[in-house]
This record gives sequence, structure tokens and C-alpha cells, in this order.
Amino acid sequence: MNEWLVGVALAFVVLTATVAVLTRDPTRQAVVLSVLGLGLAMLFAVLQAPDVAMSQLAVGTALTPLMILLTVRKITREPARDPARENRDHGEHDGTGEEERG
Amino acid sequence: MTARARLVLFLVAAVVVAAFFTDACAHLPTFGTPDHPYGDRAVAAALAHRTANVVSSVNFDIRAFDTLGEESILFGTVLGATLLLCRAHDERRRRARAESVMPTTRLFGTVLLPVALVVGVYIVAHGQLSPGGGFQGGVILATALHLAYVAADYRALKRLRPLTALDVADSLAAASYSLIGLAGLVAGGAFLENVLPLGTFNTLTSGGTVPVLNAAVGVEVACGLIALLAHFLSQAVELTESDRHENGDA
Repeated sequence: MNEWLVGVALAFVVLTATVAVLTRDPTRQAVVLSVLGLGLAMLFAVLQAPDVAMSQLAVGTALTPLMILLTVRKITREPARDPARENRDHGEHDGTGEEERG
Repeated sequence: MTARARLVLFLVAAVVVAAFFTDACAHLPTFGTPDHPYGDRAVAAALAHRTANVVSSVNFDIRAFDTLGEESILFGTVLGATLLLCRAHDERRRRARAESVMPTTRLFGTVLLPVALVVGVYIVAHGQLSPGGGFQGGVILATALHLAYVAADYRALKRLRPLTALDVADSLAAASYSLIGLAGLVAGGAFLENVLPLGTFNTLTSGGTVPVLNAAVGVEVACGLIALLAHFLSQAVELTESDRHENGDA
């Protein structure tokens, strides 16, 4: 039973790690890294290393993807993903950004 | 170097590494065996110092000097990020806008934030007894606080986060680790030697210096990561380049 769990967790980690390497867009990569972190945490847990699994869960699944996403958000020049919001922002020229969103 | 020379160099190095790696793996104990030479010695040493969590005993007692290096790396990272991510001359700080969130998200955050903080404190406090410890609990504490950003907005997070106090606490905790180590030296032993009374096995105070060092790392990791994320968040949410991107969504 335990060998099967280790095998499944290991296969999942190998699969998601490959997907993470093959993903080129940093935003998607952050999401894949988050899933990879979850897989690694599962692997550490079934290998009876709960201490490492906890660090992995917190750092690999939450912290690293968050920092990648924040960095991507900072360095993206033209936010073209949300045209509705961008158009609305163009109507406002004082640049204080003080208005309520909804 | 030509591509061909690089390939040859790689192949030669790869063969050497592969040979030594195969030889080393052949001498390893087989996977999943109940007895392990290092594990047996670590468990014996942990029990001798009345520390229930062997991993914490390894981290904060047997190899406490390694952990000093690790927490210094984290402290250096926070320091570097603080220096690099400060406001540049051509950047402007604008107030983050108030955001409205779905009532269910707000409820989720309001309920989960205190629970997550308590879990973080529990994991730090019980590091010497059960899986977890200063590092794990500290990361949970730091990420838990950011539920305020998910459930409300950046302004709510800023109110919950006294950054100056956290910076001071981070530095004090990082310094106290070395000071506890020096206390061992003063007490007549070695640097970071476990000189405190060992207490009763499997209680919060057992393990001598282990719970103290564990708590110092917990405070340092929690404060350091909050400060680190604060600079990243401030870059993404608050700081804009002065003229060209005023109307853009920074």
C-alpha cells in the first residue's frame, strides 16, 4: 500500500515538474509550480517527513508562486488582460487611483 | 569555447560524476529499511537531550550551527530585498485603492485568519514536540496575515502589519540566535551547546535550548517573510513610474 502511494506521488511530481519546465509563460508557470509544491508535499508526507512536507507546502505552494505573480505584475508594462478595467481607468486622469472599484 | 568543445567537456564530466554517483548509491542502505545508521544515532542523541521531535533536535541542537547559517541566509535575503526594492527616484507612491470583495470571500478570510494565526503559533510552540517548528510555523504566520489582503484589500493588510516593529523584531530574533549560542560559550561549553536545563521529556519546556532557538527562528521567519512580501506587494500595488504609466494599472 505504502509503496503504491510513494509511486503515485513520485509519478505526479515527475509529471508536474516536466510540465513546469515546459511552460514558458511565467504566470502559468507560477500556477504549475504551486501544483508541483503540493505534489512534493504529498511525496514528503508519504515518505514520513512531515516537517519537510510542511515547509514545502507553505513555501512551495503559497510563497514562491505569490512572489512570482507579484514580480510579473510589477514588470508587465501594458496590462492587456482586462480590457474593461483598462478602458475605465483611461477615463480617469488624476492618477490618484482613489476610487472604489464596485 | 565552441559548442563541440563544450559538449566534449560536458560528456567527460558527466561520465566522471555518473561513475562516482553510481558507486556512492551502491553503498547506500536500501530504500525504506527500518534501521538507518544516521537515524538511529540522531534518535539516541535527541532522547538523551529529552527532545521529542528528532528533526528539531537535529536542527536546533545537534546541528544548530547549520541552522544559524540558514537563518542568516534568510535574514540576508530580507535585507537585500529591503535595499533593492525601496522607492526609486523615478517612482511615485500612490495610495492603494479600496477594493470590494465578494461577501463569501470576506467571510472566509475573517474566519480563517485568526485560525491560521493560532495554527502558526501552535506549530512554532510545539516544534520540539511534534512535526513543525520555527521555520514552518513562521511561514504559516507570515502567509496567514496575507489572508487580510485576499479577504479585504491592501489597506486592511497595511493596518494589520506594523512594518517598523516587524523589522526590529526580525533583527532582534536573528541576533538572539547568536546570543544564545554565545551563552553556551560563556557557560563553559561550546558555541550553541545545549546548556539550559533539559526539563521533563515531552513537555513544552523540554529540550533545553531547543525551544528557545526554535522560538527565535519562528519570530525571525515570520517577521522576515512579512517584510519580504511587504516590499514585493508595495512594488506591485503602490509604486508607479512617475509620468508615463500614471493611467496604467501598476
